[in-house]
Amino acid sequence: MTPILLIEQVLNGLQSGITLFLMAAGLTLIFGVMGLINLAHGSLYMIGAFAAAAVAGWTGSFVLALGAALAAAAAAGMIIEMVVIRRLYDRDHLDQVLATFALILIFSEGTRWLFGSFPLYLDVPAALSGPVTLPGGILYPSYRLLIIVIGLLIAVGLFQLIARTRIGIQIRAGESDREMIAALGVDISRLYTIVFALGAALAGLAGALVGAIQSVQVGMGEPVLILAFVVIVIGGIGSIKGALVGALLVGLTDTLGGVLLPLLFGLFMDPSSATTIGSALASMSIYILMALVLLFRPTGLYGRA
Amino acid sequence: MTEPLLHVDGLHKAFGALQATDGVTLALMPGEIHALIGPNGAGKSTLIKQIAGGLAPDAGRVWFKGRDVTALSTQARARAGLARTFQISSLAMEATVLQNAVLGAMGRAGSVWRFLRPVMHDAELVAQAQAALQRVGLADHAATRTAELSHGQRRLLEVAVALTLKPHAFVMDEPMAGLGASGSKRMTTFLDGLRREAPILLVEHDMDAVFALADRISVLVYGKIIATGTADEIRADPQVRTAYLGEEDAA
Amino acid sequence: MRRETILNTLLYLAMPVAAGLAFVMGETFLITLITRAAIFALAAVGLNLALGLGGLVSLGHAAFFGIGGYAMGILAHHAQTYTPIMDTWFVLEGTKSMPVIWLVAIASSALAALAIGALSLRTSGVYFIMITLAFGQMFYYFAISWPAYGGEDGLSIYVRNDFPGLNTLDPMQFFALVFAILSGVLWWMGRLARAPFGLALSAARQNAERVETVGLGPFRLRLVAFVISGAVTGLAGALFADLNRFVSPTMFSWQMSGEFIVFIVLGGVGRLFGPVAGAMLFVLLEHLLSPVSDFWLIYVGTILLLVVLFARGGLIGSLAGREVAHD
Repeated sequence: MTPILLIEQVLNGLQSGITLFLMAAGLTLIFGVMGLINLAHGSLYMIGAFAAAAVAGWTGSFVLALGAALAAAAAAGMIIEMVVIRRLYDRDHLDQVLATFALILIFSEGTRWLFGSFPLYLDVPAALSGPVTLPGGILYPSYRLLIIVIGLLIAVGLFQLIARTRIGIQIRAGESDREMIAALGVDISRLYTIVFALGAALAGLAGALVGAIQSVQVGMGEPVLILAFVVIVIGGIGSIKGALVGALLVGLTDTLGGVLLPLLFGLFMDPSSATTIGSALASMSIYILMALVLLFRPTGLYGRA
Repeated sequence: MTEPLLHVDGLHKAFGALQATDGVTLALMPGEIHALIGPNGAGKSTLIKQIAGGLAPDAGRVWFKGRDVTALSTQARARAGLARTFQISSLAMEATVLQNAVLGAMGRAGSVWRFLRPVMHDAELVAQAQAALQRVGLADHAATRTAELSHGQRRLLEVAVALTLKPHAFVMDEPMAGLGASGSKRMTTFLDGLRREAPILLVEHDMDAVFALADRISVLVYGKIIATGTADEIRADPQVRTAYLGEEDAA
Repeated sequence: MRRETILNTLLYLAMPVAAGLAFVMGETFLITLITRAAIFALAAVGLNLALGLGGLVSLGHAAFFGIGGYAMGILAHHAQTYTPIMDTWFVLEGTKSMPVIWLVAIASSALAALAIGALSLRTSGVYFIMITLAFGQMFYYFAISWPAYGGEDGLSIYVRNDFPGLNTLDPMQFFALVFAILSGVLWWMGRLARAPFGLALSAARQNAERVETVGLGPFRLRLVAFVISGAVTGLAGALFADLNRFVSPTMFSWQMSGEFIVFIVLGGVGRLFGPVAGAMLFVLLEHLLSPVSDFWLIYVGTILLLVVLFARGGLIGSLAGREVAHD
């Protein structure tokens, strides 16, 4: 494999990692602040993608499509938080799993009912459809590069939000002592709604960004949701930094494993069985990574013991 | 001189800058009740956890029956014969009182890997459990759901479960709390007799009980044992008076 | 008799009575449907040991269901194509014998449960949920990417496997076989809950500290429960594959794991017959609603949401009262 190809794969890994981060950041915040496990986070990802595809279809504008994704997912997040989720904060994890599983069924089937079972396609804007030349003469799709840049900007923004702003202070306080910040006069239920909507918006944005590379269809959210869970287990629950590191690790392992493992097995095997075994193992690689982290750090890389 | 049954040697535990346990050395001799007292926040609970299991000290050793148990888990220490009761009752709340006691008898017998015969049909385990309930006066409540017990009764059940283990030493964290005056008195009489079966390391806030029962008392302040001695020695100790009564009164 | 006992008896009898009626009316399709409910019930009864008694919310039990299914698929596939599974060091042939297939299904899913359990029980709470879900997904992707046994398309078995003395292709006889297994497992689970192991496991769910202080290790209790639980669900997977004469990666899907939990909660968590009631209700809903609307899962989702938010205790809980049985 040429170095150029390898760099290209590394960039692909970064791109998939950074979209995973957008999912995992919201999940880990919601868990850290409200103690809630939200299986329906994948539905918010799907809602973002569908909203983007629909608006891009009507208007032809990709920017409007992204805006629609953010707005639709945030609105959906706010509504389910106020109608369903807030009844679950004091419940055990089993009830949370069940109720948000029910939400997945409702959202998935509802979307199928509205948009049908066939995938929609969201086109990459014309200006971004070509490649850019990176230093060293590497040609890389400019849209994928844009995803990496947007994701990194959001990561920086999120760190700033948590470290610097009023709401960030409330979020950090809410993670350590719920009753105390309520006693200090912070409107807890409003804070929770905001955090949930923020997480939802990030998921929706991720869905829209990825929707332009893959197809937009019902059920697209859950595989990403489960990957985001792997990210959180690796990074540690409640840690944004852990989510970022975990997401990049998972994205790189998944992408590079798929390319490198068959090559590796090809060194001492015939090509066809090398491809078979290599790609089968690659499909397991991130879970093996998770198992290793669990063996040595059961609470994740940045998790509190 | 007889060997101590339980021996804590130079125990240190810090949480960040806070030295919760600061070089504690303590011995529990056969047949004695050794009371551990100290103001709130002195680090009694932290110390108990390091002795009974559940919290690893930063430095120092815990010896039990001549064996270093510092690295052992809570359950291994329990199997070795160290029984513990909790300050905040730690029971299976949905189970009946009798079932909680049977659980203890089961742990003592080590007969948990049985998958067919109902445990409540095991005459021997049930008899042991009932005997323990009888001793603490809970026999009438055997069939009650544990969640329905009063706080004081839960305390008694904690002690009953500890009894089913037929332990070599007890570590009891405030067994009198919530018992009321007459309950406290009965518990005092009971513990008084119990020391002949196995010595007791007793953490207690009820000073009447402590001074009535304890062969020796250790006073823990800011993670340090400032005095150990008989009730009279402790009463007379100027450092203890300072710790409890403040500087001026001691002067 | 207590209300729950009466209810359990009715639930238990409902399946054979319904199957008998369907047999008399010649409605073979209905018998197959009831068999399906019985197999789902078995899978969820397995999960209920970990979830109900042990308090371990496993969202990855489809892994064991799928392993059981593929144990059947692989053994039968080699038998029907007359190719050995392995002939490198010694020859290992496939088989069409159900008892052998079941043993392999139980052993392999127990082994997988041991590995997954040993890793995921190092954590608890929400970590445990996410990790079991992730490991389940790992098997799903592995099944898809491993081409030897059909990959994404799965494996078809032409003729149902054999059981000595029975014509398993006859729906009624196959139902009887499944129902006998379900009965046996239910009986055992009822005993298990009251046996020393069950008391200790349930105490570890209520208060792990208590169990430690009497000298028992919660980790080992939970691991053993998880292994038994996975093995039972694996057995159900082998039966499910035989019912459909088909296995595919869908058996490994996370939706499957989710549905097992739904069966338990619809019926009532921690109750012996909860999974039976839940699986019957689910299959009934599927049967009644799917002709009405292509989007029948919306209704299931709504019902489930209402049950979780407002009718805690599930079907049996609502009908028999909240008090959980004590011995």
